[in-house]
Amino acid sequence: MGEDTDATPTLNHRGFLPDHNYVTEADIISTVEFNHTGELLATGDKGGRVVIFQREPESKTEPFSQGEYNVYSTFQSHEPEFDYLKSLEIEEKINKIRWLPQQNAAHFLLSTNDKTIKLWKVSERDKRPEGYNLKDEEGRIKDISTVTSLQVPVLKPMDLMVEVSPRRVFANAHTYHVNSISVNSDYETYMSADDLRINLWHLDITDRSFNIVDIKPANMEDLTEVITAAEFHPHHCNLFVYSSSKGTLRLCDMREAALCDKHSKLFEEPEDPSARSFFSEIISSVSDVKFSHSGRYLLTRDYLTAKVWDLNMESKPLETYQVHDYLRSKLCSLYENDCIFDKFECAWNGSDSVIMTGAYNNFFRMFDRNTKRDVTLEASRESSKPRAVLKPRRVCAAGGKRRKDDISVDSLDFTKKILHTAWHPNENIIAIAATNNLYIFQDKLNSEMH
Amino acid sequence: MFPKGTKRKFSDSGEEQVSSGDQSPVAASVAARTMSSSYSLQRQSLLDMSLIKLQLCHMLVEPNLCRSVLIANTVRQIQEEMTQDGTWQIMTQALAAAQCPADRLVATEVLCRQTDAAAQAGQSPKPFSVVGLEEGYHSEEVVMEGDVETEVTMSTLSPVSPQLSSASYLAGPFGMGPCWEEDEEEGECEEDEEEDSEECVSEGEEADQDHLSADSRTGEQVFGTFEIKHPAPPQDPVLGELFSDVDPSYYDLDTVLTGMQSTPKMGPYDLLESLSSHGPTALSSSASCRSDLNELDHIMEIIVGS
Repeated sequence: MGEDTDATPTLNHRGFLPDHNYVTEADIISTVEFNHTGELLATGDKGGRVVIFQREPESKTEPFSQGEYNVYSTFQSHEPEFDYLKSLEIEEKINKIRWLPQQNAAHFLLSTNDKTIKLWKVSERDKRPEGYNLKDEEGRIKDISTVTSLQVPVLKPMDLMVEVSPRRVFANAHTYHVNSISVNSDYETYMSADDLRINLWHLDITDRSFNIVDIKPANMEDLTEVITAAEFHPHHCNLFVYSSSKGTLRLCDMREAALCDKHSKLFEEPEDPSARSFFSEIISSVSDVKFSHSGRYLLTRDYLTAKVWDLNMESKPLETYQVHDYLRSKLCSLYENDCIFDKFECAWNGSDSVIMTGAYNNFFRMFDRNTKRDVTLEASRESSKPRAVLKPRRVCAAGGKRRKDDISVDSLDFTKKILHTAWHPNENIIAIAATNNLYIFQDKLNSEMH
Repeated sequence: MFPKGTKRKFSDSGEEQVSSGDQSPVAASVAARTMSSSYSLQRQSLLDMSLIKLQLCHMLVEPNLCRSVLIANTVRQIQEEMTQDGTWQIMTQALAAAQCPADRLVATEVLCRQTDAAAQAGQSPKPFSVVGLEEGYHSEEVVMEGDVETEVTMSTLSPVSPQLSSASYLAGPFGMGPCWEEDEEEGECEEDEEEDSEECVSEGEEADQDHLSADSRTGEQVFGTFEIKHPAPPQDPVLGELFSDVDPSYYDLDTVLTGMQSTPKMGPYDLLESLSSHGPTALSSSASCRSDLNELDHIMEIIVGS
């Protein structure tokens, strides 16, 4: 990457053009998720709202004006609640959104806050019946005496209306904060994970869930580890993985036992004794775990690195990518201002050849697993005029050789963090949440996934 | 990041005794210098910062369990290291020496359980536990007057023997967590607390008998103590109102970790008092708590009398 012409077509950062800057001024975006076709993009925010964007169909007249994303629907998913027993507020912030695979004309998604998961149905209405016998056009009941003949109501086209309705509410199953939800490949069940437990639900049954993982110690004094993320295998409906605050991954098989406390595989990288510090454990805590689309690999994110694991090798990761190693010498300050606890997410591209994750200063990083090249890009209004090509950024160590446009570690803005990113399932389109702004970038030159 | 240097500045063999828990202040300071002073200062400031982080949870919403666990693990790690270095014993005993004897009754189930355990176990400090003891909380109750539906009693203990100092040193902070409630709003309570801290025991009846505050008077109670003023105090209408919805689930450890109630407000002053006594870096390390600390600084000065 860098300034030279990029010969490899796979990750041509120069092709990424900012499509639109969708500003959701009111609130900070807390989750971003494409649906299975990439036609819809959902975002959740701290205010409990969900905004769904839809991609416009490609226009034949302008081949390069590939579909842009426009707002499709907005609704309030969760409201703030008050737990009277503990005298505490339950935040309405949407922690995760997961789409269900589409089975009919309607779309379904699961959204969750700290305590409650909801299933929403998103459907379109573009026709309405007209010509009722008993009601007039405004819906008022007609005076029977005025009805002289019968008519058959007909469906007439109307302006498109998107209706969102809550279909299921899965409540009261979590004592701790829900951090992940994952839909199973059987399309019937899904799981929800909180800090200490994972529950298995059936999508149609809201009054019951099965506990499949419980790491709460008998004596809470002994608590030293929590669950940080969990996901089902994309193809094998019996397998799922969960990550912990100690940097371990556990692959569990639901066929083995009803309670999957005993893992089938434990993925853990042995600690490097020379790099040990008081912050070793904190920076090893896994903030996100994602299966590859193939189901063969796992992508994990901890504070400073992103790692790709092979499901067949538990002893160490296959690949380790340094996201922002220049922060290693600043861990104490980052601990002091709590930034060290930031949970960054990670994403695969559709062909599992490129991984992406966010960083500070509104930077996000992409790593090409094949060419081993990486790039740092910035999501900001100043540097992203529509149709402009993103310029790669570079962070240099303080006092190091500095090129023009480089930014020094000390000038990084730690309040501008990109925690949530998503990659279109088939194309080179990415969605980046920068605080309360959503950026959608498209690689126009390389729309096909390689 | 923290170079683990144990550069000894004094190579006399006489200094060897230091690590075994010599109680003289001279030996204490020598021990502190046997390892690289910058490392131990850094470590100390990290410890202080961590403890403050655990204390100052945001009480409006349930605190983040992952963050709390990670901080607690860090504290535990430091504690273990300091124990191995022998600085742990020295620090707690130095604090013991510095404190005036307690007239106030000090109570903690934490202490109670560890009394039995540690009395047999001797010197080995109980590893810092994230949650301050579930059983402790179950049997620990608070005397509340009047309008509280559930009436509970706090068990009291006389000050424990010195060898338990390390055991209780850290048990408190996490357990003290629940008591940290909106400092900004509870102005009156703060004042009450301040007065209580200043005066001695007998005034204890005043105001916030419902408050739990860390009492670092006796050495062993550096962190792990809850203080109860007895006998039951006269009604304070404000406090009565505040605590009217308290219930025993407050003492359930799940509640402690995942949701603190808006009840007893812990005095931060005592904790900071103890912090200040063993390092100038204690208060300077936490930028995030600076606004709270400025306020507390002033009060602390009055308490400590510096």
